Amino acid sequence: MTGKGGVGKTTVSAALGLVAARAGQRTIVAEVARRGDVASAFDRPDAEPFQETEIAPGLFHISIDPQDALEEYLRDQLPSGPVAEILIRSRVFGLIAAATPGMRELLTVGKLWELAQLDRRTPGADAYDLVVVDAPATGHGVALLSAPRTFAAAAAAGPVARQGAIIDTTLADPEQTAVVAVATAEELAVTETGALREALQASIGLTLQRVVANALEADRFSPQEAKLLKAHADHPAVARALRGHQRALRQRAQLARLRKLTDQAPARLSLHPGGPDIEGLADELEPQLDAAT
Amino acid sequence: MTGLAERLEGKRICIVAGSGGVGKTTASAALALGLAASGKRVAVVTIDPARRLADSLGLEQLGNEPREVDRALLQSHGVVLHDGGELWAMMLDPKATFDDLIARLAPDDRTREDVLGNRIYAQLSSAIAGSQEFTAVAKLYELDRDGGFDAIVLDTPPSRNALDFLDAPERISDFFDSKALKLFAVPTSIATRVMSRGTSVVFAILKRLTGVDLLDDVAVLFRSLGGLIDGFRDRAAAVKALLSDPATTFLIVTSPEREPVAEAIFFRGKLREAQLPFGGLIVNRATVLHEGERGDPVAVAAQLRDRLGDALAAKVAAGFEDLRLLAARDAESIERLKAELDEPDPIVVPRLDGEVQDIEGLLALHRHLTAG
Repeated sequence: MTGKGGVGKTTVSAALGLVAARAGQRTIVAEVARRGDVASAFDRPDAEPFQETEIAPGLFHISIDPQDALEEYLRDQLPSGPVAEILIRSRVFGLIAAATPGMRELLTVGKLWELAQLDRRTPGADAYDLVVVDAPATGHGVALLSAPRTFAAAAAAGPVARQGAIIDTTLADPEQTAVVAVATAEELAVTETGALREALQASIGLTLQRVVANALEADRFSPQEAKLLKAHADHPAVARALRGHQRALRQRAQLARLRKLTDQAPARLSLHPGGPDIEGLADELEPQLDAAT
Repeated sequence: MTGLAERLEGKRICIVAGSGGVGKTTASAALALGLAASGKRVAVVTIDPARRLADSLGLEQLGNEPREVDRALLQSHGVVLHDGGELWAMMLDPKATFDDLIARLAPDDRTREDVLGNRIYAQLSSAIAGSQEFTAVAKLYELDRDGGFDAIVLDTPPSRNALDFLDAPERISDFFDSKALKLFAVPTSIATRVMSRGTSVVFAILKRLTGVDLLDDVAVLFRSLGGLIDGFRDRAAAVKALLSDPATTFLIVTSPEREPVAEAIFFRGKLREAQLPFGGLIVNRATVLHEGERGDPVAVAAQLRDRLGDALAAKVAAGFEDLRLLAARDAESIERLKAELDEPDPIVVPRLDGEVQDIEGLLALHRHLTAG
């Protein structure tokens, strides 16, 4: 799940995760470079963010920490425990890892890949049916997805190159990976969604699987009703209604652009004036996903 | 309410921070426009300008060096710049800035060519974590030193992690001070001799995991970068000093939504920890009820029934109820921000009709920012 900053990726990711969990899929929502926003959306701000935690029946959450991912990777890759510990404790190694360009992204995406494996590397961990990734905003999201490919090309041989290639194969396979864009019906967010579609194709060869238009304001009035309202704009609530109507018209135009730029009808989620409500969003999303997935 | 102008009195550098999508870029541009109008020579540095906003300022080819916004264009929109007022804008290109910095700090041509031509550097330099943040402050430093500006407004990169931004100079100088880099900075034979047994094991394992080619490339890159240690360390120290200069201030922008609010609180905490100056809070796109809008939806429906009919009156009332909920949520966010940020007097900008993407929009935004 990616999209412009501020469009509600985290809440939509949580809602999508909830839809899948309700359908009986063991699901995890993985946040990247965050501090547990999904858990707070479920009123579980105290949940340990960097561990797999069940936040609703069948729905788990984790925030990916690159350092944890590195340690887990080393413990798994190196035949002897003490050798892994030497590396983990080595300042030199830590600095090289931190300073190696793209390493953080690779480790993050490697952990996401690991979450999606049937045979989990994490000791004692069970497999998930679905991993929902609450990815960084558009440009950073694409950089994250293409990190394994870039890395595999840079490292000519050895396990890192091999694993980078394997992860890339998973990410670039539409049978296994779907990229979902979240947008609001605003010009900038729509434009960025169009750009995302092109960047995905160019950098990793993926198509945009689904688009979700989030935080849509109620589009209440017909043209005739709007006309009648104009005659009564002296009342403050009517004046507000007219402004809302103008916004709804602009929103309609942006939804049409979104549809054109992405070649698909977006799923629609309404604005929740009292603050986002994950259960309600999941209720809205559920019937709209059946057709497409 | 204290307007922004008073808060920025005597400040030369204004860093605008906040979560992605809250309107940092437009707030930065509006602020810079206002400062220019008051007679200052101002540069606004942005990372990712909205295309239409740049176009509307007549800056189709916004590049890595500041360009001046045409005064006549501003004047045609009713913006008169006082004597000495100039508005400059640039879009930061992190890769070009980083390349530039390396070219400038490299002790000789060969080092420069070695770094810029390195396979790892070429492929991945744009992905260096924190490099965008570091280049942003590095550029800020250069503009401040060489640009002759009275004020510079920096629209920070859309980073969720405030630490990336504040720690960038430190992390870069840590990197250049690192043992790893120094090991590579001397000829290999000597490095091997002084390496401890543990370190040799580390390199042996790295070689097995990553393959020889990558390690060689990393070694060559690190060795070449070794020649830049002093330059980078000095630059990072200067940049760090600039961030805590008394003439520097941080403005935090947020929308009233939960996540940006959490981010604003987190960032304020980081500023406190780093003892960096906090200049004020802008709560953007808030739903604010006016006088005469305090009635409840049932009363609204009753008042309008005769004029609009039952069905339409009910719809208007439903819209009014949404509005009240939004306003209540936003008021709660603002109270929370006041308490957590220790900022009794935030600048609240009501949600404007339409997106801000032209000079008129910037002017409208500026009026709200400076309302005192």
